[in-house]
Amino acid sequence: MRLSKSWIIASKDFKVFLKRKNIIYSILVVPLIVSILFPMVIQFAGQRNGAAGIPVAELTILLPAFTFFYLVLAGMIPTTIASYSIVGEKVEKSLEPLLATPTTDSEILLGKGISAFLPPISAILGGATIFMVLMDLFTYGTLGYYFFPNWNTGIVLFLMVPLAAVMSVEWNVIVSSRVSDVRVAQQIGILLMIPFGGIYVAGELDLINLGVTSNLLIIACGLLMVDVLLLYVAKAIFRREEILTKWK
Amino acid sequence: MIKVENLTKRFGDLTAVDRVTLNVEEGEVFGFLGPNGAGKTTTVRMLCCLISKTSGQARIAGYDVGKEADSLKIRKLIGYVPDNVGLYDELSAYDNLDFYGKLYDCAEEQRKDNIQRLLTMLDLWEKRDVAAGTFSKGMKQKLAIARALVHDPQVLFMDEPTVNLDPESAKTVRDFILDLKKERRTIFLNTHNLDEAQRICDRIAILNTKLVAVGTPEELEGSVGGRKTEVQLDQVDDAIMAALRRLPLAGIAADGNKLIINVTNPEKENPTIVETIVRAGGHVQTVTVAGSTLEDTYLKLVRQTR
Repeated sequence: MRLSKSWIIASKDFKVFLKRKNIIYSILVVPLIVSILFPMVIQFAGQRNGAAGIPVAELTILLPAFTFFYLVLAGMIPTTIASYSIVGEKVEKSLEPLLATPTTDSEILLGKGISAFLPPISAILGGATIFMVLMDLFTYGTLGYYFFPNWNTGIVLFLMVPLAAVMSVEWNVIVSSRVSDVRVAQQIGILLMIPFGGIYVAGELDLINLGVTSNLLIIACGLLMVDVLLLYVAKAIFRREEILTKWK
Repeated sequence: MIKVENLTKRFGDLTAVDRVTLNVEEGEVFGFLGPNGAGKTTTVRMLCCLISKTSGQARIAGYDVGKEADSLKIRKLIGYVPDNVGLYDELSAYDNLDFYGKLYDCAEEQRKDNIQRLLTMLDLWEKRDVAAGTFSKGMKQKLAIARALVHDPQVLFMDEPTVNLDPESAKTVRDFILDLKKERRTIFLNTHNLDEAQRICDRIAILNTKLVAVGTPEELEGSVGGRKTEVQLDQVDDAIMAALRRLPLAGIAADGNKLIINVTNPEKENPTIVETIVRAGGHVQTVTVAGSTLEDTYLKLVRQTR
């Protein structure tokens, strides 16, 4: 497999995305809002509790759970791009000439994967940086130390978020083979955030302690296994003959 | 350049292409005619290594179609214009071609030169920085053809390149194909347009799942029912009839002052017929070729195979 071919395809997709404002907004707006909103919630909720602010015990549960929300975003945001990148090309009939070029199915799939993976990951990590800086500013007075960065956050952002984003891309490749409308692809694709949302809520309800490293690593292993499984399915579906004769 | 032997494609119980055998020589413009669902696009997709064949053999420039190792080599030396242009509407004309040039491993200088040459030939150079989505249908079609040629392919497959185009745009595309013919490129042209096939193609194949006929346009026209030359004279007399009967013609009939003569090759026989009439003292007013046309042949052959 030649990575240069995949990069050419991804670079072309980046150029297309830059011309589509709705894609740029969908990548940037949600991480930005979340990254500013959560620290504001902590700040204002603390003020309502008088000078004491949010108790330390509560904060140490809330902050890791908030971090986990970036996993939900990683399951959600690539959907917009992957659906445009694959269903969009299918609808606009530009996949066939692309398939006629001297590139392998895997090179095209990887190119599409890169273009659907890199922009959301960049936006999520950028948003997470803002989130951590603001959270540290607002919670230093209560905790007496800077909560972020820490190892667990590193595991979430640099291991689990990429795994979740890969899963989202693979899931969207599979969805793309069964639908012929970008919006339908997005609506089905976004269903992937439900299990991540479930884990986030469980963390907020203290059903799972998302501040424990071993719990995070177990979830990461689960994500990795699902990623490998979905990769096989996506590779089997993303074949020239399948795309031209069986995709809807 | 293209050798196909018993090429077959089945989708489940449906046979889309049935044991097609044909050869296309280097530098030839080969027309592929057939009704909707005849298997034209499926054949081209198999030859472009986009879908697999069920059975049979096909070779392009010596490479085996269907052999994994040869697929990339074949795709590198062919250009493909699908029936839908499939351009990136957000990208400029230049960027559309540049993207494909990179995928075909064209060096930067060669890519720039080819893009400029093609866009200039197709009157699109001035619009090179304009988004393809704003182009008219004709301009998009021309850009799709330029895209297929950006890597200087030896063989060009075109699937209905003038469909849905206005007459002026269709003529531009046809003229461009004729220019490519002068460059000795091998062109495989799927079309519904009989007039277009007759004007452009060196040879034509008629497909209706099975290959029904192959030949030059003239051979195909003559293959069903022959052709007729109608000569309008100011007067038909015995001297003219006697002179014509001495020629090796299939049949002569008079209808008033009009002679209806069966011919097999009007381009070769008509000058002799006119010369004979004039020598016999006749005054020729008009000469018309009538009878079986490519359209008649096509319709008859396609109906026979239903």
